[in-house]
Amino acid sequence: MNVVRFILHNHTQVVELTLEHLWLVGLSTAFAMLIGIPLGIVIAHRPRLNKPVLASANIIQTIPSLALFGFLLPVPWLGERSDRLAILALTLYALLPIIRNTYTGIRGVDPAVTEAGRGMGLTGTQLLFQVELPLALSVILSGVRVALVISVGVATIAAAIGAGGLGEFIFRGLAMVDNRVILAGAIPAAILALMADMGVGWLERLLQAR
Amino acid sequence: MQIEVSRPQPASLSVSLGTPVCWADMQPEAPTPVIEFVDVSYRIDGTQVLSNLSLQVARGETLVLLGRSGSGKTTTLKLVNRLATPTSGEVRVNGESNEKADVIRLRRHIGYVIQDVGLFPHFTVERNIGLVPRIEGWPEERIRSRVQELLQLVGLADGLAKRYPHQLSGGQRQRVGVARALGADPEILLMDEPFGALDPLTRDELQREFLLLQRRLHKTVVFVTHDLREALRLGSRIALMEAGKLVTVLPPNEFVKSEDPWAAAYVRAFGNGLESVQNRGTT
Repeated sequence: MNVVRFILHNHTQVVELTLEHLWLVGLSTAFAMLIGIPLGIVIAHRPRLNKPVLASANIIQTIPSLALFGFLLPVPWLGERSDRLAILALTLYALLPIIRNTYTGIRGVDPAVTEAGRGMGLTGTQLLFQVELPLALSVILSGVRVALVISVGVATIAAAIGAGGLGEFIFRGLAMVDNRVILAGAIPAAILALMADMGVGWLERLLQAR
Repeated sequence: MQIEVSRPQPASLSVSLGTPVCWADMQPEAPTPVIEFVDVSYRIDGTQVLSNLSLQVARGETLVLLGRSGSGKTTTLKLVNRLATPTSGEVRVNGESNEKADVIRLRRHIGYVIQDVGLFPHFTVERNIGLVPRIEGWPEERIRSRVQELLQLVGLADGLAKRYPHQLSGGQRQRVGVARALGADPEILLMDEPFGALDPLTRDELQREFLLLQRRLHKTVVFVTHDLREALRLGSRIALMEAGKLVTVLPPNEFVKSEDPWAAAYVRAFGNGLESVQNRGTT
């Protein structure tokens, strides 16, 4: 197994790039959650906003990732450091699944339940935190799950603009026409994606059981 | 069993627009209406849902809003706890206009039971029932004893307290719904077809329990139904609605004899076997 030997031989670099990758993905998903969940809540309550917001998120999603990285390169503060730029681009990509699932999750709460809640005198905030969010939680988390898995993949492309991460190996391998090097990036990335998927699944069950 | 029924006052309905109705003339003690609709209309998206509704609900009575789907009875109910606000006219609860009232406070002092129950699926029975006391900031100890009391009141075993709504039968869920509405001991209870989705036997059981409960608690109840039998059995007065208008308000025994075409049509539709009139009461 040449690949395994290569990875073991370069293990410090593999670990380093994996951590860099995690950092890009983790930070961008966190930003996307900070923006996307509140936005999803807002559009779930104001139906008039849902079309424009979801459409914008959709459009962002259709921009090829390499092109998006390229577009953002000349932006002043962002272009100075490629990791900033990569994090912004990844955040934009992660927005759609998070906004959409938050919206769907909250709209999916049985109207009888929210009406009973309102009729009994829950304030809007109480209704949101005690009823809507807990009931929408699993749908929201599955949006986060999708966002994470997409991000792990897209983040490999960030290496093209020098933002680091496991894409380094992949691009280097491509240039060297060496499958071992490509796989040294691809395999850990795939494992990361699987772990992220399982991790959120586990979190979901944990919160559900509570 | 003799149920005291306030007299219908068809004349007062038209008079009540400007001048307050003088109830004292008709009854020994003058009861202030707990709920009062003053010339209320409600429009939404160009549809006239209610037109010029004037109606009073006296303390301790069970007023049944009877009518077919789309007649505006649910909207009328929602005007009371301001889930709907009138386009014109005024709704008063205990003499105070709903528009000026703090809507959250208002709702917490009005119990609300709906057909789909609307129990919080992620809350246990216990937490569902204790909901309003909890958001009202009662101490934990008092909430616990209140929940116990309410479970007993609606005839649910203590063992059910820790269950989730999906683990209950339809009848049990509806009982929890009633218990939850009674949580903070509101004076007014709004019930929107609460027994509509139940099988006939369970419905009969719950109607009977409702009558027993009402005999103990004397809440002011507004009860929406399209079932004439239910209306005759539970109501102290029946307000018949049709196409957003109040047709007539009559006590059950007069309702079945009424010459009013809509009331008569209703009675005919339910056939002649209206043993429910004789069946009023709890036996």
